[in-house]
Amino acid sequence: MSAELAALSWNPLVDLEQLTAFPFMIQALEAGTIVAVMAGAIGWFMVLRRQTFAGHTLSVIAFPGAAGATLAGLPLAFGYFGACALAALALSLLARPGRDGLGGESAAIGTVQAFGLGLGFLFVSLYSGQLTDLESLLFGTFLGITATQVQTLLWVALVALAALALIGRRLLFASVDAAVARARGLPIRALATAFLLLLGLAVAATAEITGALLVFALLVTPAATAQRITARPGPGLALSVALALAVTWLGLGIAYFSPYPVGFWVTSLSFGLYVAVRCGAHLARPRPAEALS
Amino acid sequence: MSEEVAVRLEEASAHRGAHTVWSGVDLTIGRGEFVAVLGPNGSGKSTLLDVVLGLLPLGQGRATVLGRRAGGANARIGYLPQRRSFDSGTRIRGLDVVRLGLDGTRWGIPLPAALSASGRAARRRVDEVVELVGAGPYAGRPIGALSGGEQQRLLIAQALVRRPEMLLLDEPLDSLDLSNQGAVAGLVQRICDSEGVTVLLVAHDVNPILGYLDRVVYFAGGRGVEGAPREVIDDATLSRLYGAPIEVLETSDGRLVVVGTPEPPAHHHPRHGHER
Repeated sequence: MSAELAALSWNPLVDLEQLTAFPFMIQALEAGTIVAVMAGAIGWFMVLRRQTFAGHTLSVIAFPGAAGATLAGLPLAFGYFGACALAALALSLLARPGRDGLGGESAAIGTVQAFGLGLGFLFVSLYSGQLTDLESLLFGTFLGITATQVQTLLWVALVALAALALIGRRLLFASVDAAVARARGLPIRALATAFLLLLGLAVAATAEITGALLVFALLVTPAATAQRITARPGPGLALSVALALAVTWLGLGIAYFSPYPVGFWVTSLSFGLYVAVRCGAHLARPRPAEALS
Repeated sequence: MSEEVAVRLEEASAHRGAHTVWSGVDLTIGRGEFVAVLGPNGSGKSTLLDVVLGLLPLGQGRATVLGRRAGGANARIGYLPQRRSFDSGTRIRGLDVVRLGLDGTRWGIPLPAALSASGRAARRRVDEVVELVGAGPYAGRPIGALSGGEQQRLLIAQALVRRPEMLLLDEPLDSLDLSNQGAVAGLVQRICDSEGVTVLLVAHDVNPILGYLDRVVYFAGGRGVEGAPREVIDDATLSRLYGAPIEVLETSDGRLVVVGTPEPPAHHHPRHGHER
């Protein structure tokens, strides 16, 4: 954060002008927008498939990937995407789909996760120094986003979203109703692997901005909130993307005018939204007898 | 002639690895018949469905399904695997689950109904079949929040949505309480009549469906017989099949109780809380 904080004028137009006065802020907004769309859409499927733990593991793996890339003098993006793609493949091998077709081998996944964290710590200590780097690897940095990074993110997001659109309906079938989907000839296993790869891309892209540990603010919370609000697939997906966008834009905006980091604002906003929706749903349901069947 | 026959097995035998599930089975199921597939656990009821779908090739004999070799007519068959209830946290509507049965194997994502005629047609078909099974009042709710009976009706709608000529239902009554078993069996018979669909329903208790059935296939002791319900569920036939003295008792309200089978009769065994 800059030492001299911008002051909020409370005039929306003036504030918007302030926000977009610097190129780094425009790039942060662009990158945030791309990442929010990708994380909102892929996160919706992740929550539906109950693969939150796999997503979490991928985000933890993003850290040694990035630390390793820093150590080797490679671009950060290389580390993030490489590690997440490799981990996604490893997970799809580990998670042998059971009868329901979804990965249930959480202990094996947890083992991979712990090893990944250990590796990341090793790389950081080998690199010897710059603790600020460690912090941004774990908690993200919006402000150092370059124009090249934005371009990479855009291409990754376009490819991932195109792939998701291509397999969308089949993936939904396999996620909701694996037994029938298999009987109808859908390749459940291949779909699961393809989805883990997409999830890896989304995690890597998100981690570049929010850091490895705050990925979930964009990947899980908007999707979980959207699924609380509607059980319709189309509107649910759109809502998940919209919430991720809102949280990102607001978080960036507030962070610009406040002394606290952007990761804090994005996570707090999405957490607040989730709590509000759960409380709202609780209040709006006056039928306690519904659970009886 | 073959148009009148839905499934014909001739001198058929089925194997799982080295194990012979059943052999020497002859059966003929007519179009539009409601047929129960009965027998003790492991006697090969679900194996028959696998054979009809062409998933398990016969060791010997021939299987003809809807005028084709088994497996050649699967597009005209609606299949409901043994199940399978939805987790209570599944946030997808019953309508969407039915819709996936219609076009869930296609690539891409569906256009909003407002923009495409085929989307509107798909929605109409889903509404129609949901009405047919009487699931209209709750099909718009998340399927995880529904009872076992409600879920089963929606799954039958899903199997019916592509207008199949034959339905294969593997233990659809298994997780339901008695009154729901009767209601779902009645629904299946009504569909069988009104839509002219042939139904093969695997069950471990014949009583909830006895009044609705046209025919029965009974597997035991590595063999199978087929016929009218009262011909098959009969002292002499079952004794021959099991190779042991079997007695069929009829209660005053017309329920059949099979006594003397090598394993305890299935119909009073405690349920394990499948019902959600």
